[in-house]
Amino acid sequence: MDADLRDGDGGGIVTGTYVPHAAGYVDNGGPKVVTSRFGHEDSFTLERSLATGGYEGLRTALAMAPDDVHGQIREATLLGRGGAGFPAGVKWGFCPEGVWPRYLVVNGDESEPGTYKDRLLMERDPHQLIEGCLIACYALGLTQCFLYVRGEMALAQERVAAALNEAYAAGYVGREVLETQFSVDITLHWGAGAYIVGEETALIESLEGNRGMPRLKPPYFPAAIGLYGQPTIVNNVETLANVPWIMANGAAAYRQMGSEASPGTRMFAISGHVVRPGVYEVEQGITTFRDLFYGEEYCQGIRDGHELKMFIPGGGSAPWFFAEHLDLPLEAREVGAAGSMLGSGAIIVMDETTDAVKACHRMVRFFARESCGKCSPCREGTSWEEKILARILNGHGRPSDIDLLLDVGDNISPGPYPVASHADEGLEAVPFPPRQTTICPLGPSSVAPITSTIRRFRHEFEARITRGDGIPVAAAVPAGEAGS
Amino acid sequence: MSWFDAANERIAREVLARYPKPKSAVIPLLHLAQEQEGWVTPDAMTEIAELTGTTAAEVLGTASFYEMFKFHPVGKYVVNVCTNVSCQLLGGEELLDHVESTLGVRAGGTTDDGLFTVEDVECVAACTEAPCFTVNYRYFHRADVDILNEVVADIRAGRSPLERGAAGDGGELPEHGTLGRVRQHVTADRLAGVVAPEQVDGPPSWMPTSATATEGAS
Ligand SMILES: Cc1cc2nc3c(=O)[nH]c(=O)nc-3n(C[C@H](O)[C@H](O)[C@H](O)COP(=O)(O)O)c2cc1C
Ligand code: SF4
Repeated sequence: MDADLRDGDGGGIVTGTYVPHAAGYVDNGGPKVVTSRFGHEDSFTLERSLATGGYEGLRTALAMAPDDVHGQIREATLLGRGGAGFPAGVKWGFCPEGVWPRYLVVNGDESEPGTYKDRLLMERDPHQLIEGCLIACYALGLTQCFLYVRGEMALAQERVAAALNEAYAAGYVGREVLETQFSVDITLHWGAGAYIVGEETALIESLEGNRGMPRLKPPYFPAAIGLYGQPTIVNNVETLANVPWIMANGAAAYRQMGSEASPGTRMFAISGHVVRPGVYEVEQGITTFRDLFYGEEYCQGIRDGHELKMFIPGGGSAPWFFAEHLDLPLEAREVGAAGSMLGSGAIIVMDETTDAVKACHRMVRFFARESCGKCSPCREGTSWEEKILARILNGHGRPSDIDLLLDVGDNISPGPYPVASHADEGLEAVPFPPRQTTICPLGPSSVAPITSTIRRFRHEFEARITRGDGIPVAAAVPAGEAGS
Repeated sequence: MSWFDAANERIAREVLARYPKPKSAVIPLLHLAQEQEGWVTPDAMTEIAELTGTTAAEVLGTASFYEMFKFHPVGKYVVNVCTNVSCQLLGGEELLDHVESTLGVRAGGTTDDGLFTVEDVECVAACTEAPCFTVNYRYFHRADVDILNEVVADIRAGRSPLERGAAGDGGELPEHGTLGRVRQHVTADRLAGVVAPEQVDGPPSWMPTSATATEGAS
């Protein structure tokens, strides 16, 4: 927040500092693919965009055949940044042949607990996102794009609207883009407050004017059947924000950053008990959690004198990690094998003062509130989980409640649930992803905080149950009676 | 006679023209209705049904799914305090307690003077800037009791609190209902042309006809 950490003219940024006008963003001096303009106060204007290479990627693309543009994205191995990490170039190839029209829907619904990056990208560099959309539309033959921004993000809506107005007027969007045959409309659309709308089929339902409830699968990708029943590509804001750089600099240059399996950079938001929480653009695959939490250019350690207790590596839906997982690289496959996911690049760090039961309850309450209600294991299960945790927290827990919690969780996500290793107890990791009895992964996500904390901090739950309010709870209740 | 006032009716027509199917405009039009009235009235939903070729029941069915739509009057300023984990760790719940006691209402309630509504909300994507709250969906980062008091005092005194806001973009804070103060507006000559999906039967002109092979769609 320190304005005088920036140099005199307000242009350049001193390495490793907050950028006040891009609240939360910290320039760590590393390579910049998507945050290159954040240092400029007027980064959201067309003028600044054009002065710093904006729409060059589009020009490059328009000079190539659409298929070759698609080829570049495929070759770059641009992994989706919305949560699942699916390669964009491969997804773009899933549209069934001969079915027209096709649509692009941009997922800017960012609501996963801990996630803060798409809002910054939309507020600070809307033209970069628009350019990414244009390139995708050109490559895939799409004439209509919908940019779905989360309802609560008023400034992001304003900035995207203003940028679209400028880009339309200047000939970058709309009829005959840059005097070529390529014509496309981009419509700004915004939601109205519902986390589940971030799930891509729910996003499409919402865009059709319906309740945002996920659709039954298969088809697994809306590329087969999406908006208005037509082939539809859904991509995250950050995914598309990478596209202009790739077109301007080439897939080979992109692959020089990060690792073989996870090239390029990614935005990570690290929140919670660190000295310098922030949003950092980080090379994927090679940086570790330890680098992020303790590095001078990153978070600079756990806040004064405290110790790490646990951390959530990939948003509220991810199983939790502990000190023994600090040396894992920010690489989807390795994190998956270790029992969690990188998800949406959201890391929440908790020190030893954190009450595991309280944090677990709060996260589960989120899923209980946000369940869309379409399937019973999730609709009923998440609210049971929340109620049981609330009574444990309030000192009214029953001795059977820990087993009951695990049992309810097992109804939503049967079998061993993904969980991190626990070396002290000789417990192995269960790899991601979980199984599900539900239509979408929201229900199963509610189980992550429960299994993570019970496996590690069962004693904290037990202490609450036997000593809540200082009143000893009566002897064991028969299992069948619990669960109101 | 339209339920929307003349200016908003024009906007409503422009919004409708941006979608291949009119029902897609239901949510944007609900926002427009809320902007005009501060909340979504039954008459507004009847009007939206007419404009989008749906029924009032369908419009309500959609609207009631989403938290931001209000079906009764709320405060001119809706104060949303995040209590999800990132904020909880750094005092979000205490901040909510403070708002509740300062304004004398519990989360979900509206002050008697109709000025404030308080909500206990989920993650608002400002996690590194915890604890945070929003007023009419404008962000206040790294908040504490002092910032909150100042914002409340500003609003009571008729001043805009936005100078203190995260974006530092200043200007007037619109009353509840108005989100973006800038709207998308495209002149007719620049539009590529929105058409219903039924009217399209082939690839656009810049695509080579044999291109875009599949790779085994799911
Ligand atoms: C419950 C749930 C919520 C989701 N929320 C978001 C979201 O807010 N933003 C997002 O981009 N993807 C979200 N996703 C993932 C999307 O379904 C989809 O995979 C993604 O938008 C695809 O874009 P990508 O391939 O570019 O990552 C969510 C998924 C689920 C199951
Ligand atoms: S799992 Fe939950 S959120 Fe997902 S479709 Fe089923 S009820 Fe809805």
